[in-house]
Amino acid sequence: MSKPRTPSVWLSRTAVNGALALAVVYMLFPLVWLVTAATKDAGGLLAGNAFSFEGFDLGGNLSRLAEHNDGIYFRWYLNSLLYAGLGALACSLISVAAGYAFDKYAFPGKEKLFGVVLLGVLVPTTALALPMYLLASEAGIVNTYAAVLLPVLVNPFGVYLARVFSAGYVPDEALEAARIDGAGELRTFWSIGLRMIMPGFVTVFLFQFTAIWNNFFLPLVMLSDQKLFPLSLGLYAWNSNAHAEPDFYPLVVTGSLLAVVPLVVAFVSLQRHWKAGLTAGSVK
Amino acid sequence: MNARTRAAATLLAPFFLLFTAVMVVPIGYAVWLSLFTEKQSGLGFGGAETVFSGLDNYTAALGDRAFREGFGVLLGYCLFYIPPLLAGALGLALLLDSALARARRFFQLALFLPHAVPGIIAALIWVYLYTPQLSPVVRAMEAGGVGFDFFSPSGALPSIVNIALWEWLGYNMVIFYAALQAVDRSVLEAATVDGAGAWRVAFSIKVPLIRASIVMVGLFTLIGSLQLFTEPLILEKGTGSAVTSTWTPNMYAYTAAFDRNDYGLAAAASVLLALTAALLSFAVTRLTGRGTRRTRTAARRAPATRTADGRTRRTRRKEKTA
Repeated sequence: MSKPRTPSVWLSRTAVNGALALAVVYMLFPLVWLVTAATKDAGGLLAGNAFSFEGFDLGGNLSRLAEHNDGIYFRWYLNSLLYAGLGALACSLISVAAGYAFDKYAFPGKEKLFGVVLLGVLVPTTALALPMYLLASEAGIVNTYAAVLLPVLVNPFGVYLARVFSAGYVPDEALEAARIDGAGELRTFWSIGLRMIMPGFVTVFLFQFTAIWNNFFLPLVMLSDQKLFPLSLGLYAWNSNAHAEPDFYPLVVTGSLLAVVPLVVAFVSLQRHWKAGLTAGSVK
Repeated sequence: MNARTRAAATLLAPFFLLFTAVMVVPIGYAVWLSLFTEKQSGLGFGGAETVFSGLDNYTAALGDRAFREGFGVLLGYCLFYIPPLLAGALGLALLLDSALARARRFFQLALFLPHAVPGIIAALIWVYLYTPQLSPVVRAMEAGGVGFDFFSPSGALPSIVNIALWEWLGYNMVIFYAALQAVDRSVLEAATVDGAGAWRVAFSIKVPLIRASIVMVGLFTLIGSLQLFTEPLILEKGTGSAVTSTWTPNMYAYTAAFDRNDYGLAAAASVLLALTAALLSFAVTRLTGRGTRRTRTAARRAPATRTADGRTRRTRRKEKTA
């Protein structure tokens, strides 16, 4: 690299890092507010000075959260874990199987079929929610776990990512070796392909888990029984009450904070995987 | 069918079965539904019967001022949201990619973090930060002599744009940053040796080389923007809000279906929205197609191609100076 030509390198460095730091402040202050606000009761929240730990009562908020309506909040939490965990696991397996097939096998019409998958990425999914609701009500599965779980098993972008990862992580030689040893095609996928593509599997899982955890429109349309709600829908329902009854504010705020925690932990600890996913997406 | 084709079919079957069930069939069903209307027979005692009504639902939707105004809102939203999002994400990515940036891992993670917050919760947090009774921000602004009503007719759109920017800026910044990291460093070094400054390198070399990523992010953002629903829905619940229950086309469809039980109208509105998305996707890929394909192949090939690309740039620049 050439030597810096301007005498004001120090100034530029401060400007660059200062601008980045400013962006970080904008990104983080709502989250900081969420943390401090979760330590206040309704009166403290409405008194406004929320960027402090004045009147610290996180414990009180947590126990009210646990008690309200027989602990329905934690039922929603378990539902969210079930929808997102089970849904993302099955979806990743389905996506990886398809992506692997697109990468490793030659068959007639392959690229046309892959084009259909890519078209699927562009479909505005909320436009499908209403017909899906009517189809589900004819199938008699409206207002059941299945109504939310079935649609989230499909992620065309996951198939695209899996194809990229399969090309990157699974060398054809490894599959040839397995074939020479006499392993069947599906067995080769299961015991060699799937194992080698694991980092990609985790990436697809992470993104789908997030998407389902954050999903709001589909459960809003499909579910009416509070016992089946995921967190997003439950917090929305509570928020709708909060204008009439301010006591709901601390419940919504504390509930929101707890709902964010698993994803923040996942994204902090799995940095390699989400970066890999966005990299694979970016050089498409 | 040989063993390999059979294996491929087996591995693809689960995805395509579900893809058909939850994407293809609902699209077809929406189109079908949009062609029928429920008619009350007699005085409404005989129950409703469904009759074929051709394109009546479409003319009804398009003839409804609320629906048309929803598209106006979307247009305003796209204009005020997409350019700042792309410029902001690209600017931050270039800053992070510059030789001057420190603590890259920290910045990347901190800027990405809002993506871990569910959209509904992001909207709740911000709406609370917009609500005068709850918000330290509004209070600080008032103390500083700046009054702003985030729920007013002129304030609602910026309020929603801000929520969306907060959710997506860092996410797209990471995509651009990843693309910038994949740019062959020897190209950049060659440009620097030839006397190009940091700004010149950023805007004449780095940005054109990641054009494909910019187009892709723009396209996904556009499709996401057309489906605007959650943020205005939360804002609508705010007291004295200018946001109505039919503020965006998606909200219009939802209200038609679940408040008025007019599934035909709702389906027609959804189909019109999906058609808009398809047309705009087509236009974006067409308009940007040629350049994209060129950068795409450049990105896909081995670094050698990109070095060659850099070399042509160098010679061209030398010719200019000569």
